Amino acid sequence: MSIPASLVKESGINEQSLLRQSSREKRLLLSLATPAVVAIVAVIVIPVGWLFYLSFIGGDGQFSLENYQKMFKYKSYARAFATTFQVSILTTLICILLGYPLAYFLASLPSRLAGLFMLTVLLPFWTSLLVRTYAWLALLQKKGIVNELGLSMGLWDEPIKLVHNMTGTLIGMAHIMLPFLVLPLYSSMRKIDRDLMQAASNLGATPIQAFWRVYFPLSRSGMVAGSLIVFILCLGFYVTPAVLGGGRVIMVATQITAILENQFDWGAASALGVVLLVATLVVLFVATRVFKLDVALFGNK
Amino acid sequence: MNATLQDQSALPIHIQSLTKKYDRLFALNAVSLDIRSGEFLTLLGPSGSGKTTLLMAIAGFNRPDSGSIKFGDEEVILKPPHKRNVGMVFQSYALFPHMSVAENIAFPLKLRGIKGQESTDRVNQALATVQLEGLGERGIEQLSGGQRQRVALARAFVFKPRILLMDEPLSALDKKLRDQMQIELKNLHEQLGVTTVYVTHDQREALTMSDRIVVINDGQLCQIDTPHAIYNQPVDRFVADFIGESTMLPLTRNNSGDLVYIDQIISSKNSTSVNTEALLVIRPERLFVINESNIDRENTIVFNGKVKEFVFQGDTAFVVLSINETDTLSFRFSTDAAAADNYLQIGQPLSVGLARHNVIVIPKDTNQ
Repeated sequence: MSIPASLVKESGINEQSLLRQSSREKRLLLSLATPAVVAIVAVIVIPVGWLFYLSFIGGDGQFSLENYQKMFKYKSYARAFATTFQVSILTTLICILLGYPLAYFLASLPSRLAGLFMLTVLLPFWTSLLVRTYAWLALLQKKGIVNELGLSMGLWDEPIKLVHNMTGTLIGMAHIMLPFLVLPLYSSMRKIDRDLMQAASNLGATPIQAFWRVYFPLSRSGMVAGSLIVFILCLGFYVTPAVLGGGRVIMVATQITAILENQFDWGAASALGVVLLVATLVVLFVATRVFKLDVALFGNK
Repeated sequence: MNATLQDQSALPIHIQSLTKKYDRLFALNAVSLDIRSGEFLTLLGPSGSGKTTLLMAIAGFNRPDSGSIKFGDEEVILKPPHKRNVGMVFQSYALFPHMSVAENIAFPLKLRGIKGQESTDRVNQALATVQLEGLGERGIEQLSGGQRQRVALARAFVFKPRILLMDEPLSALDKKLRDQMQIELKNLHEQLGVTTVYVTHDQREALTMSDRIVVINDGQLCQIDTPHAIYNQPVDRFVADFIGESTMLPLTRNNSGDLVYIDQIISSKNSTSVNTEALLVIRPERLFVINESNIDRENTIVFNGKVKEFVFQGDTAFVVLSINETDTLSFRFSTDAAAADNYLQIGQPLSVGLARHNVIVIPKDTNQ
């Protein structure tokens, strides 16, 4: 049925009131977000802005780039960045190696059983980070359980240095980061239709071919998302490398603390923080582009 | 069509004493079935009847407790699914979402080492067969339900399997598309000549498409026959009830052993098995309204009753006729815009007739 143009132009019955009602609802919804917006401004935007400002203030209280120049001048800064990336990359890789089979196992269980096993993954999450880190210290130290066990079983002859070095840091970091990888990976694996694996097998794929050509590509988005979360969390991590690294693993966060405690150099510390933030954003940006991650990170439509 | 060449690729399936228990329940209870080379055979049954379990056992996705499945002369019961070389269309289609239409169809070819031009040619040929020319580059997400169905089909036959299995492939489609696809699937089957096992719970679908239908219930085969025979000569109450609409009236025996309903002799053929109680099965569309002019007493059984319900359904009208205090009769007739007798009054007396050649008598107990 066609409506005469003259009728369409005129406003319909109750049109104005309905429009008002809809815009009122939108305002109401927006106002719900207000506390969160205020909180973010207060605890993130203002402090980061302040850091940003501080990083451009030199020792004489004037605007200067000297804080950034220090990064090229002192090798310890560059070393801290190198260590940070090294630890982050290795931790992420270890998490993938440990987490992928774990998530695969969980995803293949009936969902009730999977929930039970998931508890064991999540349980450490509910324990204080500091407690878990010191627990590793107790386990891994020279006279710790691991060394005692290894010695008594004759696996090695003298205590191995498992802590206060890179090894200890990686063990602790991987343990703490594992759930961040397993959770998104598990959820992406759960979404894979079991029929797809049957179809692959029916079409002639051996179990290994079916895994690499169908299952793995479909779980990739969850794996990339989880790896990215782990990697980014690692970049700014402080407690675990500080405790388990025993002063030998200096990451950027450790370096910042050191500068503040020893030199009270807020400018240099701020500059390090800003560079780390920028580096993180660059990683995030590149990864989103390379892996077309918008979907994986921000939920499937 | 080069029927001889294609017939060579089709294989018969011999199933013997196949048993599968879930907990203590029989999903398949010593099922034996010979599926002929090149035929379109439908496994028809209600949900939980075992029809899907049987199909999955043929595909190799479940492991029966005992029994034998042979493709031709070859025992396949121990073969993993990827070595069975059967095509399968899944109820969910199971298309790989990370591959394009063409990549999905090329998947089984790639696994068989068919690459390059030959692969492209066969994919295009398969796409043409299911009328999806030019859609090879599309993603799965971009396709409609009907198109996905066709891609799943193309992927299942592109590698020229000897056997094609389909698990309720049309159940997700709307009715019009389903009716259309039924005809297309049947044509495709004739074109490919491949042995096809089709699972459905839709009796109309089974009657439309099959060379033979296997009615299956509680893990046992009730009847294996052509659609015509399944509909016109059901062997028991379950089959008569499951296939088509039907009214069942209890029959009694007179002194000479004839089966009788009220005072009319329905059948004298069954006089051998005197001890079994029997039912008269009446298909609603086989009944007709009796006018004094068209009656042929000799060959017609007459039921007198009153109209209890009347429903106009467009193409047909549906009537429930009450014969006596316990028995009612359902009956259906084609409508006619001009005819006043399209519109029956509740309570109106009515006589309907059933031609004797349409009489179906079955034993009363389902478990013979």
